[in-house]
Amino acid sequence: MQPKVVQRILGLLLCIFSVTMLPPAVIGYVYQDGGMRTFTLSFFILLIAGGLMVWRVDHHQAQLKLRDGYLIVVLFWTVLGLAGAVPLMVSEYPELTVFQAVFESMSALTTTGATVIVGLDYLPKSILFYRQELQWLGGMGIVVLAIAILPALGIGGMQLFRAETSGAQKDSKLTPRIAGTAKALWMIYLSLTIACALAYYWAGMSVFDAVGHAFSTVAIGGFSTHDASIGFFDSRLVEGVAIVFMFLSGVNFGLHFLAWRSRGLSVYREDAEFRNYAAFLLVVSILVVVGLLLTSEYGFSDSVITGIFHTVSLATTTGFTTTEYYNWAGSLPFILLCSSFVGGCAGSTGGGLKVVRVMMLMRQGARELTRMVHPHAMVVVKLGNKRVSDRQIEVVWGFFSAYVAIFVFFMIVLMTMGVDQVTAFSSLVACMNNLGPGLGEVAANYATVDDGALVVLCLAMLMGRLEIFTLLVLFTPAFWRK
Amino acid sequence: MKIIILGAGQVGTAVARNLADEGNDVTVIDTNASVLAEMQSRLDLRAVVGVASHPAVLREAGADDADMLIATTSSDEVNMLACQVAYTIFGTPTKIARVRSNAYQEVTELFDNDHIPVDFLISPEQLVTRHMHRLIELPGALQVVDFASGRLRLIGVTAEAKGALVGLPLRALREHLPDVDCRVAAIYRNDHAIIPNGDTIIEDGDDVFFLATRPDATVVMREMRAARSPNKHVMIAGGGNIGFELAKRLEKQHYNVKLIERYHDRCVLLSTQLTRAMVFEGDAADHELLLEENIEEMDVFCALTNDDEANILSAIMAKRLGAGTVMSLVNRTAYADLIPSNMIDIAISPHQVTIGELLTHIRRGAIAAVHSLRRGGAEVIEAVAKGDKSNSKLVGRRIEEIRLPHNTNIGAVVRGSAVLMGHRDVVIEPEDHLIFFLTDKKRIPEVERLCQVSATFI
Repeated sequence: MQPKVVQRILGLLLCIFSVTMLPPAVIGYVYQDGGMRTFTLSFFILLIAGGLMVWRVDHHQAQLKLRDGYLIVVLFWTVLGLAGAVPLMVSEYPELTVFQAVFESMSALTTTGATVIVGLDYLPKSILFYRQELQWLGGMGIVVLAIAILPALGIGGMQLFRAETSGAQKDSKLTPRIAGTAKALWMIYLSLTIACALAYYWAGMSVFDAVGHAFSTVAIGGFSTHDASIGFFDSRLVEGVAIVFMFLSGVNFGLHFLAWRSRGLSVYREDAEFRNYAAFLLVVSILVVVGLLLTSEYGFSDSVITGIFHTVSLATTTGFTTTEYYNWAGSLPFILLCSSFVGGCAGSTGGGLKVVRVMMLMRQGARELTRMVHPHAMVVVKLGNKRVSDRQIEVVWGFFSAYVAIFVFFMIVLMTMGVDQVTAFSSLVACMNNLGPGLGEVAANYATVDDGALVVLCLAMLMGRLEIFTLLVLFTPAFWRK
Repeated sequence: MKIIILGAGQVGTAVARNLADEGNDVTVIDTNASVLAEMQSRLDLRAVVGVASHPAVLREAGADDADMLIATTSSDEVNMLACQVAYTIFGTPTKIARVRSNAYQEVTELFDNDHIPVDFLISPEQLVTRHMHRLIELPGALQVVDFASGRLRLIGVTAEAKGALVGLPLRALREHLPDVDCRVAAIYRNDHAIIPNGDTIIEDGDDVFFLATRPDATVVMREMRAARSPNKHVMIAGGGNIGFELAKRLEKQHYNVKLIERYHDRCVLLSTQLTRAMVFEGDAADHELLLEENIEEMDVFCALTNDDEANILSAIMAKRLGAGTVMSLVNRTAYADLIPSNMIDIAISPHQVTIGELLTHIRRGAIAAVHSLRRGGAEVIEAVAKGDKSNSKLVGRRIEEIRLPHNTNIGAVVRGSAVLMGHRDVVIEPEDHLIFFLTDKKRIPEVERLCQVSATFI
């Protein structure tokens, strides 16, 4: 462990993060909603805090070790969750407790999209913009952004990169240099966001809403500037745009990069994970649409678009809604909630277990069945034409069992605190998968959840975003041993 | 002709023997001095020890005035490089290289005089794979040979009492199948060849070779033996290049393929590259494994390891355990003759196949293809008729007028896209492809001479 190196990088990152207070300050100035004071103040608080951390240790530059990487990423997400809550505390409106502010900020950064605020439509524009922006920064990962723009992090940046990006095969680089890879990812992310904002604007949103929703759509976040989420616009066109961009953002960004570089779409067709992702969304969409046609009062076209919208929104773990989907008949809400376990593709901004991991789990299961009939058969688990090594499958199984174990543990804690079973289960699904809306008490928002439970859910969101192991490793004695 | 052969492996040796016996000046290059010494003591050729692609070694072997280079070393890269050296430094006119790896063969634009100057690529694995694939596609066939890019097929089949034509003279075939034009080219009874005519009666157990167009082939086969349901379940022992390629082709056509391979790492690779075929790690002669994987349900069992003894034994075991048709790769000719035909249905010699292909390129004149039937007991030659009536012994003449060598006949004539069976009154035109049958291999030079345009008439 190199505490001073860790401290220095943490301070640098905090300084960078303080810059993100400036755009909302400008918005506050434009709309004259008092946001300018809030955010300039927050900017200075964070800048000074970061500066103080760097001040005495600026000369400590050393190669990052594997352990430092995990520590930095976890600390940074924690510190950022707290720092992100600063403007929400400073601002007079909305009135939030400390826990609620931290929950809101954490929910934004982890792209969960669960909110404790009721009455979004009356919030200052600057605060609304800030929430969306925070979500956008969290989507691709602010550490990845820092690697892209800060040459100082180039040393050992791979450690940080691995700890923050999602997916089962984290060693794959798009370009030879880590900074190049990070830049490429952010370029794609930025282009998608711009395209999405233009599309929303074209579909009829105001400029402010279009940009705000583009942020949370491409980040697979799910925050909205309205209480009624996407439903506020009551426009099939807007829903269509949202479906397209949620779908695209749930795809591995590495694939987007390859498609862009080869100027062709064939890479998508050839990618096994993409095919399964599309197929999964299609099957669930059909299930939901048929379910709606049979049980709801929607007409045909409404059933189709609403069904597809909610499937894509929940399965990619975005969490936009247009209607009270949690009141749909039978198992439909539960199917939708559970589809978030699959989540987006690895290397996307989506949450959940990730499609590729689910594929590996299923194929490993199928392999065991084949082995029972043919004991001598050599069956390999394949993704496309590539073989998945047994080691990788072990990792995925380990991940899955940790996921389940942590889930059960948190659920017990929540129920001990007095949360009812449906709420406890669904809020955990929603938070660990970085989905957002749940069922029961947390179907619309988390305003009524008490502080203790919020802390647990914050942890769950962090676990989900950092894919458990990065966080869990800090709780092992071996990590701290010299 | 002055010929340099690189590599004294099984193929190199066999080709060298064939060419030396035909009176060519053969020089063999290999790195292994003792193998060469032994070869030199048995055959009339020259041997040079050294790395086959080194210019100095090639010069020593007489590359300066060689007419042909045949590269059959075990390394694809050495073979290709040797051709490059021969072309650049010595300007050798004909360069033939054995290239096994599919990775090279897939890019044909690589092989021309501007890039890698190889005139003919030979891939034994591919040849054998294609051969076996055809046999599996046609259940009951002993041998399938394609002519004229597959328009015409020669098929060998063992007659069974249940066949409609068995016990009847060949003439009856016309009445049985009035719409089908086919010609029975040769019949083997108790290992003796019979050149058939209309009165010849087919008996139970005869090996019948006939020529037919591709779509008619199955109909004619049904005349010779009881109809068979198409093959569906195939077990392959040995996951080398041939086993792998065959499995890949078969799984594409939705056969159920089971592939047995001994080595773990190879199993992993095979299993990764194959999609539907199942791979098993184990010994091809493992009784328990074969039973566990329902050997008795298999329509075809192919023993394709590189070990002759293992192939023969596992094939015999598979037959005993109830597999349908059993095929085996057998490299040593001596073994092929030992195998009783009731135990192994089809024995294939990769070297024979390779040599046949190599010799096609070496043969002079108008020969387009040479195929050995019955493990070399007979030959089929595809030749192109050149010239005109004045300088050719073929063109402008009716088939009955042509003075064929003894034990030789013309089975069919391919003219453009039309296939004519070799009836007496067919008149040969220039550029016709003639299919000759020879029950005696020694007549090949005579057929070669027949096909040459004679210089004296010019």
